[in-house]
Amino acid sequence: MKARQVLLNGILQNPVFVLALGMCPTLGTSTTLESALFMGLSTLFVLICSNFIISLLRKIIPSSVRIPAYILIVATFVTVLEIIMARFLPEISMALGNYLALIVVNCIILGRAEAFASKNSVWLSMLDGISMGLGFVFSICLLGLTREALGANTLKLFNIDSVFGASYTPIAILVKPAGGFLVLGLYAATFNAIYEQINKKNEDKKFKQKIKEQSRKVDDKTILEGQNKTSQGIQAQPKEESL
Amino acid sequence: MNTFFTILIGAILVNNIVLTQFLGICPFIGVSKKVQSALGMGIAVTFVIALSCVATYMVYNYVLIPLNLVYLKTIVFIFIIAGLVQITEILIKHFAPKLFNALGIYLPLITTNCTVLGTALTVTSQFTNIFTAFFYGLCTGLGFTLAIVLLAGIRIKFDMAYIPKPFRGLPIALIAAAIMSMAFGAFTSII
Repeated sequence: MKARQVLLNGILQNPVFVLALGMCPTLGTSTTLESALFMGLSTLFVLICSNFIISLLRKIIPSSVRIPAYILIVATFVTVLEIIMARFLPEISMALGNYLALIVVNCIILGRAEAFASKNSVWLSMLDGISMGLGFVFSICLLGLTREALGANTLKLFNIDSVFGASYTPIAILVKPAGGFLVLGLYAATFNAIYEQINKKNEDKKFKQKIKEQSRKVDDKTILEGQNKTSQGIQAQPKEESL
Repeated sequence: MNTFFTILIGAILVNNIVLTQFLGICPFIGVSKKVQSALGMGIAVTFVIALSCVATYMVYNYVLIPLNLVYLKTIVFIFIIAGLVQITEILIKHFAPKLFNALGIYLPLITTNCTVLGTALTVTSQFTNIFTAFFYGLCTGLGFTLAIVLLAGIRIKFDMAYIPKPFRGLPIALIAAAIMSMAFGAFTSII
């Protein structure tokens, strides 16, 4: 039950669009879908590992030095990741540049460490890392897809040279810095509107249920009263009942 | 002299750290509701960036490279920055208690501000002179201050305007930042 809720959190409380965490790498690396995807996966990896270790050590780390301790743990995993990426994926590592090292100060990771992993069991913390990380991958890829397809008319990840055909004029502003802010702002507004609708529906449902329950109570009351009346009536006319 | 001027214009206007390199977006959006707190945040960040550029430059060139420990730079840098923020906090508290009260909780938050680590990483990979490194850090901080104060000025006007419900809060701030970024794009051809 709790695990399901934790998994749903990644969707319902999307780290980028709803919690407004980790916007720097989201904007900085979403000019192409490829770099967005690898940035998302790198963050997912670090998030799961750091949540796991921090949750394991949550009873050992004194609370007065917890933030430096968390930063040290995260920085260690980021260094491991940097070495692996530089060895096996040198091109992507070059393209991501400083943003790879900057995962250390990504607010999603420290935020989840502080808000979740420091208070919950190892298993739940890993699940939280997976769900929040996937939420991050989803949003950064959505941004990368939109910006690359509409802004450059290509998708390097799938070797597609022209997404909308040769006659399409790319909206060049989208791959520029201003476009990043613009697309993220529009998506955040869209998600706000969607969540608002969902909340409204839930509230409507609750409201209708309340009214139903109340009316049921009222019905019960009237029925009871009616029964009393009829029973009185029965007392008054005992012959009918015998029939 | 010419290089200093190029760095000045480049770091503040052309390659503004927030609006073109997307570093420090969290404080940029989070602390830009009032002009005064934005200004305080900007000054504190400028101070820490300038100091951390010098410190990381020295540690990188005189400790990490001779000892062949370059792969540890992320861990070492973040600890230098955390220490510097702590020292800054103590110094400001001791010598300027008024400023300390004005900055409040923004001071410790600077550790996790990606402008500081981002600038330190850029400096160690690009600059070969400690004075230009310091000057670059200073100008980057000023660029951050300029951007955050401008956004705070714009966001004050939002209180008086009608904004559609889904756009309130984060989305409209991001769209304002997009328009600011377009405006700063006009500086591209200066250098």
